[in-house]
Amino acid sequence: MSHIWSMIAKRLALGLLTLFIVSLLIFGATELLPGDFAEEFLGQAATPETVAAIRRELGLDLPMHTRYIEWLTGVLQGDFGNSLSNRRPVIELISTRLGNTLFLALYAAAIAVPLSLMLGILAALFRNSFFDRFSNASALTSISFPEFFVAYILIFWLAGRGGMFPSMASFRGDPSMAEMLYRTFLPALTLTLVVTAHMMRMTRAAIINLLASPYIEMARLKGMKPMRVIVKHALPNALAPIINVIALNLAYLITGVVVVEVVFVFPGLGQLMVDSVAARDMPVVQAVALIFAAAYVLLNLTADVLATLSNPRLVHRR
Amino acid sequence: MTEQNNGKPVLLTMKGLRIEGRSDETWSEIVHGIDLTLHKGEVLGLIGESGAGKSTVGLAAMGFTRDGCRISGGEIVFDGIDLMKASEATKRNLRGKRIAYVAQSAAASFNPAHKLMDQYCEAPVQHGVMGRNEAEGDAVDLYRRMQLPDPDNIGFRYPHQVSGGQLQRAMTAMAMACRPDLIIFDEPTTALDVTTQIEVLAAIRNIVEQFDTAAIYITHDLAVVAQMADRIKVLLKGDEVEEADTRSMLSTPKEDYTKSLWAVRSHARAEQPPVAADKTPVVSVKNITAGYGAVDVLMNVNFDIHERRTVAVVGESGSGKSTTARVITGLLPPRQGEILFDGKVLPPDYRRRTRDQLRQAQMIYQMADTALNPKLRIRELIGRPAQMYLGLQGKALTDRIRNLLDLIELEPDDYIDRLPAELSGGQKQRIGIARALAAEPKFIICDEVTSALDQLVAEGILKLLDKLQTEFDLAYMFITHDLATVKAIADEVVVMKEGRVIEQGPKSEMFRPPHDPYTELLLSSVPEMDPDWLTDLLRERESG
Amino acid sequence: MGFLTGLFWFVAVIAACMAAGWLFRTIAIAVTPKGVKKELRTAPLTASFGMMVIIIYIIVAVFAPLIAPFPERMVVGPEYMPWDETHLLGTDNLGRDMLSRLIFGARNTVGIAFATTALAFLIGSILGLLAATVGGWLDQALSRMVDVLMAIPALIFSLLLLTIFGTSVITLIIVIAVIDSTRVFRLARSVALNIVVMDYIEAAKLRGEGLWRLITREILPNAMAPLVAEFGLRFCFVFLAISALSFLGLGLQPPMADWGSMVKENATLIAFGDITPLLPAVAIALLTVSVNFVVDWQLHRASGLKE
Repeated sequence: MSHIWSMIAKRLALGLLTLFIVSLLIFGATELLPGDFAEEFLGQAATPETVAAIRRELGLDLPMHTRYIEWLTGVLQGDFGNSLSNRRPVIELISTRLGNTLFLALYAAAIAVPLSLMLGILAALFRNSFFDRFSNASALTSISFPEFFVAYILIFWLAGRGGMFPSMASFRGDPSMAEMLYRTFLPALTLTLVVTAHMMRMTRAAIINLLASPYIEMARLKGMKPMRVIVKHALPNALAPIINVIALNLAYLITGVVVVEVVFVFPGLGQLMVDSVAARDMPVVQAVALIFAAAYVLLNLTADVLATLSNPRLVHRR
Repeated sequence: MTEQNNGKPVLLTMKGLRIEGRSDETWSEIVHGIDLTLHKGEVLGLIGESGAGKSTVGLAAMGFTRDGCRISGGEIVFDGIDLMKASEATKRNLRGKRIAYVAQSAAASFNPAHKLMDQYCEAPVQHGVMGRNEAEGDAVDLYRRMQLPDPDNIGFRYPHQVSGGQLQRAMTAMAMACRPDLIIFDEPTTALDVTTQIEVLAAIRNIVEQFDTAAIYITHDLAVVAQMADRIKVLLKGDEVEEADTRSMLSTPKEDYTKSLWAVRSHARAEQPPVAADKTPVVSVKNITAGYGAVDVLMNVNFDIHERRTVAVVGESGSGKSTTARVITGLLPPRQGEILFDGKVLPPDYRRRTRDQLRQAQMIYQMADTALNPKLRIRELIGRPAQMYLGLQGKALTDRIRNLLDLIELEPDDYIDRLPAELSGGQKQRIGIARALAAEPKFIICDEVTSALDQLVAEGILKLLDKLQTEFDLAYMFITHDLATVKAIADEVVVMKEGRVIEQGPKSEMFRPPHDPYTELLLSSVPEMDPDWLTDLLRERESG
Repeated sequence: MGFLTGLFWFVAVIAACMAAGWLFRTIAIAVTPKGVKKELRTAPLTASFGMMVIIIYIIVAVFAPLIAPFPERMVVGPEYMPWDETHLLGTDNLGRDMLSRLIFGARNTVGIAFATTALAFLIGSILGLLAATVGGWLDQALSRMVDVLMAIPALIFSLLLLTIFGTSVITLIIVIAVIDSTRVFRLARSVALNIVVMDYIEAAKLRGEGLWRLITREILPNAMAPLVAEFGLRFCFVFLAISALSFLGLGLQPPMADWGSMVKENATLIAFGDITPLLPAVAIALLTVSVNFVVDWQLHRASGLKE
């Protein structure tokens, strides 16, 4: 078993390295700022003093490596610097919003993952049936819809005049869990619809890909029931691709969350990022991008490790 | 039809079986009305070339068709149960329990995600034949009877941890799990080396006899079926050619097609005079040691190939024969040693060789499917070397292409603008030969060029190669695992095992004792047409 | 709206689409040359419908100024006018003609998405094929670089880059194209890797063929089918990404007519039960669905799957 741990350790190290390079990249982005960024940012308020202040804020007056090390040590201690637009520490802006975004993403994932796995398996089992064709066509259709379209359709349908759900997912104070679930139902449903189709299609494809393999034919020739053939014989071998699909879609939730938060005016990181990009508030954009990227890297890393563990060829060597 | 029941009751009958296959949205018949009767405890050999429909018929005996196939007519009755009318559940209950299946590639047919034992126990437990504990004990017993090493523990390994020959035996044991009345063996030894094949054949025959199981044994190899079957049925393109009991089928085949199958191994290259001792060989392999990464795959390999001579390099998988070819062509620069061409040292890496050096040594591949670019027309496939090396253009080039097509016996007008997909397997291999000839080389490496082909087609290719050799004074290096091919075409033989040359010399000496023990094992393991060959051989090996 | 009425409309719309697809296929088979005919016969109704929609979009995009009743940016009346005879789809939040902006939107949004995809393909597939064919350090360097770029989610990365470079059409095209080219690189490389292990590539190398010929004559023709399918899928992704950015106010900038921003600008109407602001979104969805249907058919054919 030791080789598998060393393999996992290697993956972890590689993940950390990737994170490090990503942080370099995100930080280095400031380097690419055009020289007159401060002036452009300030517009008519640009005086030599304010320009110098902004440049100091971004540390544009120090050599790059010093600034990177300072920034990174700050980040590791939870200090992302101050927002350019309202001078508040970035960490203050982020902390509650991060929780909200995570809540929304997990909410959607909790519905989407089991649902799509089940639908994918059923579609593979009843392939070429009406159910399969219908779910395939609707999956294709919903993949093709922009998130905001899905969101607005849901609002139109479920929240419009006398609708059942609120179209705005903002909440103040400390709402109860049930209240949160109710208020964020539409955004979560939007995200679910967006990722379920893709996950289901890929699950179906991963299983069907295997159905032509000789060992599946063998299982059928041993007189096994179709459901058993899929669940016992195809599924364990399709785990690696399925895990990757799930990771890919959870990662996609991260992106999808941005648009959905804007539609539903949800106080999350995505909303914050969009506002900051519009205001060209560099420290905030950097911080949020780093968090999203870190989540993304971690997800892929987890998927990678799980996929490795699901493969007997790698776990039990000759 | 031959009725030879020895008083045993009939187990399986097929009458007028018709099966259709779908291609491009239309159905076309691939099996045109086959009749078949099998008695309890009897072994029937189904024999034919690829496309004969033997696997399709074998699977139909289980009431099963592959995706894209359907049974369109006829009758299949297994022990009184009409499989054409039976429900899916009834058929499922027969499969694995009363009719079992052993596939060609055990490595692909065992589920990689489960241990051998779990796969063994699945059928008996799911069919309610016995409990899990009982099944496990039974498995160990069968593993022992199949002479698997460490029968107590081998079941707790995953398929990838077990070798090919052992897997094939484990699969036969698995088929036996419910003590079925009938087992379908679908080319169970085709993917194995000859020395491994013997053990598997012996184990299968032994166990089928012990449990008095009826079997349908599907294969393209006549010598193999002669050892295994009581009766033989010959199929050709979905039709029955003839059927008889094994001995009379071997001694007095009635139909021309069967006779031609029997006669196939007749081609033999005329004996060549010995090469003058002072003659410079075309290719000289000197002290080659080579490998991938840190592992040496070849150790101290030496041999010469002369003009108008064929050197056959023989060995089982992993013997290093293909690696030798890679070293000669410069794809794998050796760690030690050198390759001489006409007495001059060749640069070890093909990228350092001159265009003329590249032209002089050509290669023909085993799988014509992957050796020809599927998107290029024949004109370009065989025209390119002529254009590149000899600078032919326009009409001169077209004339040369037509001339090459004539040489490989394909009608130029008909074939020059075809794509590889529009050719049969043998024709593709001929294009591979034409491409090599187009460079006007002195030396050609033939890497298992006939092993993917049916016997009759392979015979044609061998004859063609022989003819071309004489016509263009070619030197051939012939890589093969098949000793029949060696007998047919070689002047000299090099036997390789685990990266070393075990023995080498003229063909006439190689097929006469005394031998190195490995050569002996290799030679004696090649099945012969004699139905008693396996029995005799096993007795001999036991006593010796 | 009752559930049954909804269902009725849903079924009616689908039936109408399928009928249109069938009609299109019948006409197309009648007017096209022989080789194309045979291909078209294998097209399912979904794909036929898809092809029809794509052709209509192309026509609308090319002839937008001729088709649109009003200029793209002209204020022609009060804000949020309902549908009537002069303004078939009413007016938007600034009093511009909705239908005209929709038509010009086809030109802007689809045109820019197409240009971006083409650029992404040019970069991605050239580098991908090169990496797979040459191998060694070049492959390692390019692949590691792409790995790092892909470690940042696409939308987040484009937001970051757009913060830095600002939001002009050119930067938008370049930023999205570069980010998307990493995905194209991955695919092109893996497709080519499956081809370079073939014996015919070995034969070509041993023949002494140069890199250029190896890629253009031996590898590319065999990689075309998956690359073309990927082009369709990529186009959808790019198209959706640009629309999403525009929707967020960070893509194509006003007063340019663009479907994503049109939804955003008029979103307030939705809460009042007016579907006009959703029309641009429908336009987006219709095109991506159509492209997906066609790609799905082509992939199905290429894979030769019986399933």
